[in-house]
Amino acid sequence: MSYIPADKLHEEAIKTVKELEGKELKPKDRLSLPRQEMPSQDPEVRKKNMNEVALGYFEEQVKIEAERCLQCKTAPCISGCPVQIDIPGFIKTAAEGDYEKSLSIIKRTSLLPAICGRVCPQEVQCQLPCTVGKSLKDVDLAVSIGRIERFVADWADAKGKKTVPQVKPETGKKVAIIGSGPASITVAADVRREGHEVHMFEAFHKPGGVMVYGIPEFRLPKRIVADEIEALKEMGVKLETNFLVGRTRKIQDLIDKDGFEAVFIGTGAGLPKFMNIEGENLIGVFSANEYLTRVNLMRAYDKERSATPIYQAKKVAVLGGGNVAMDAARSALRMGAAEVHVLYRRTEKEMPARVEEVAHAKEEGITFHFLRSPKRILEGEKGRVRGLEVLKYELGEPDDSGRRRPVEVKNSNYEMEFDTVIVAIGNNSNPLIEKTTPGLDTNKWGNIVADENGKTSMERVFAGGDIVLGAATVILAMGEGRKAAQSINELLSK
Amino acid sequence: MKKILAKEQLSEEVFRMKFEAPHIARERKAGQFIIIQLDSEFGERIPLTIADADPDEGSVTIIFQTVGRTTHLLADLEVGDHIANVLGPLGHPTHIDNFGTVVCVGGGIGVAPMHPIAQALKAAGNRVIIIMGARNRDLIIMEDEMKKIADELIICTDDGSYGRKDLVTVPLKEICERDPKPDMAVAIGPPIMMKFCAETTRPYEVHTVVSLNTIMVDGTGMCGGCRVTVGGETKFVCVDGPEFDGHKVDFDNMMLRLGSYKEQETLDHEQCHLEMEIKERGLDKE
Repeated sequence: MSYIPADKLHEEAIKTVKELEGKELKPKDRLSLPRQEMPSQDPEVRKKNMNEVALGYFEEQVKIEAERCLQCKTAPCISGCPVQIDIPGFIKTAAEGDYEKSLSIIKRTSLLPAICGRVCPQEVQCQLPCTVGKSLKDVDLAVSIGRIERFVADWADAKGKKTVPQVKPETGKKVAIIGSGPASITVAADVRREGHEVHMFEAFHKPGGVMVYGIPEFRLPKRIVADEIEALKEMGVKLETNFLVGRTRKIQDLIDKDGFEAVFIGTGAGLPKFMNIEGENLIGVFSANEYLTRVNLMRAYDKERSATPIYQAKKVAVLGGGNVAMDAARSALRMGAAEVHVLYRRTEKEMPARVEEVAHAKEEGITFHFLRSPKRILEGEKGRVRGLEVLKYELGEPDDSGRRRPVEVKNSNYEMEFDTVIVAIGNNSNPLIEKTTPGLDTNKWGNIVADENGKTSMERVFAGGDIVLGAATVILAMGEGRKAAQSINELLSK
Repeated sequence: MKKILAKEQLSEEVFRMKFEAPHIARERKAGQFIIIQLDSEFGERIPLTIADADPDEGSVTIIFQTVGRTTHLLADLEVGDHIANVLGPLGHPTHIDNFGTVVCVGGGIGVAPMHPIAQALKAAGNRVIIIMGARNRDLIIMEDEMKKIADELIICTDDGSYGRKDLVTVPLKEICERDPKPDMAVAIGPPIMMKFCAETTRPYEVHTVVSLNTIMVDGTGMCGGCRVTVGGETKFVCVDGPEFDGHKVDFDNMMLRLGSYKEQETLDHEQCHLEMEIKERGLDKE
């Protein structure tokens, strides 16, 4: 993939739409329609700003992309979506230009289309089983379901067509939702719809979870998250920030003393993993969580106004190959680093990061080193990072998960110079709730144990999202939340 | 938004402030802290120890020193003003028990976080010896409060302007040499003072608890900005601490890490002083 300017993409699309006019499309014609690239900011410009990189489809592009859909009777895409959106349904109406109806079809099952359309890894979810992709033998050529979803959500937003879900008459029953990330937002809306009083507790000063502290502005504008929270408030959900359940109040007290009849735990996987290698506590070594929280939530990128300082990094190593690593690397670049290097111990093919984000990172000039892993972090003057001692790796036999296990190449170590190291090798569940809540079962990774209905080992306590799954995706968290909400609503209807 | 109920200047740079925070007042225990932020959009989050709390009134008291931009802005607030965000109580409460004789050493502003701990230790039946230290007489705070708790109170100043002209480690060593030696020590203050208190008690094998004051962002365990090496292992001060065994803490690494943002903090502080001067002299209205 190489960068194509937005106006060029628009021009092409206008031409194609003209050719389509009045034409009856057969499946073969649909398969030969050009897949629409996402217009984006020029890499040279965007690497110096925090504005959204992907600009969203032009209307003509939506038309073409939606016409690529074969409207399969079996609709394998639906089963690829964790909340089972009627994908052919919303794509058909989008192709007809009825975006309002299209959005209403999405909203039946998904609350956050503007967010999911942007951050879902569609290539491993809805777009993976897409017949078009299969026919063209390339998952990257599947119908761009996420981009169409994003378009209709943004269209409604731009037209001011906000829909606040209907709320049934008050039942007088109270539900506590802990955390305000995607799982919690879903539960809050679904439970509130039934007329129950919903209180959402968030530890940070701003709600949204990873969508505000983790995913950068250039990938997910914070305005969109704020709008979703605003919609919840309009439904009557009560939000309390600066409230750390476990410390400010214990779960058992919420039930026994504060009158909550059910509790949902959606506290996510926010505990950064470190590698436990030498030098990890040197100055200039950060968890991706810390780096991203400073940049995003604390707005350190706004150097004029933000009171939160950010480390002045010149040559940065980012360790890891997931989306968080991409976000950290691209943020460091935007904060003024001259060079950013990503070190990953497997090959590009095994990277868990989205293909699109890796492509964006490359376009912006980030350097990738595959089959490399740090052995230790080297100390320079005054306790600061001087560089990394790096080991070469090769791929060995497949492990339990089917991925080929990286094996270190003996005596292959060499040194690389860096002044900053950002560790992005994953997150574990935050253990605070577990530690402060006797009777709540967790597994060996510290994830809360919940059954398929979101029920935990504690009476009236439910859980979902990353605190149950381990670090996963926004849409999976929503799917989990939906099931838990159903269980809560059933419990309260008795 | 938390309304400020009382404000008092204890010394040139030290302020006591009481504000409403019913949830925190209800749950907090000695040794815990809060994170405050003065502006939701652009303010930074800073940790401060809870010096006192009144669950009936629903209020929490902090004592802080003006050391940079945010603490200056906090000191500028008056009774009736609001603090945008207050999160807490955070961290593990101090382990309080009847240990026997406990020496509490508070350096500078560290006397403030020491107070609730000494109070709880006294209430648990301990004999409490308090050593307070500061650069000079003006910086000695909470002497009256400490007098009420202490079975023995020793005050030191660096310049001898009040009490003994000694570093706090000198009386601490004397007390360790007594027979019987104290059962425990608690040291809270600047990192360098805590480090030397730990070094002082080490040969006497007097268990020494320190309360660490590292850089923090969230204060809930999700970033690791506050991490320290304790007994060779990485710990997060905000959730595993703030109190640790002083004989196991790598103070040298901790002190270096505290300087991570020194340049920017100094610039910011100077800028802040300029702005304050402009305001004081009314130059902003010209």
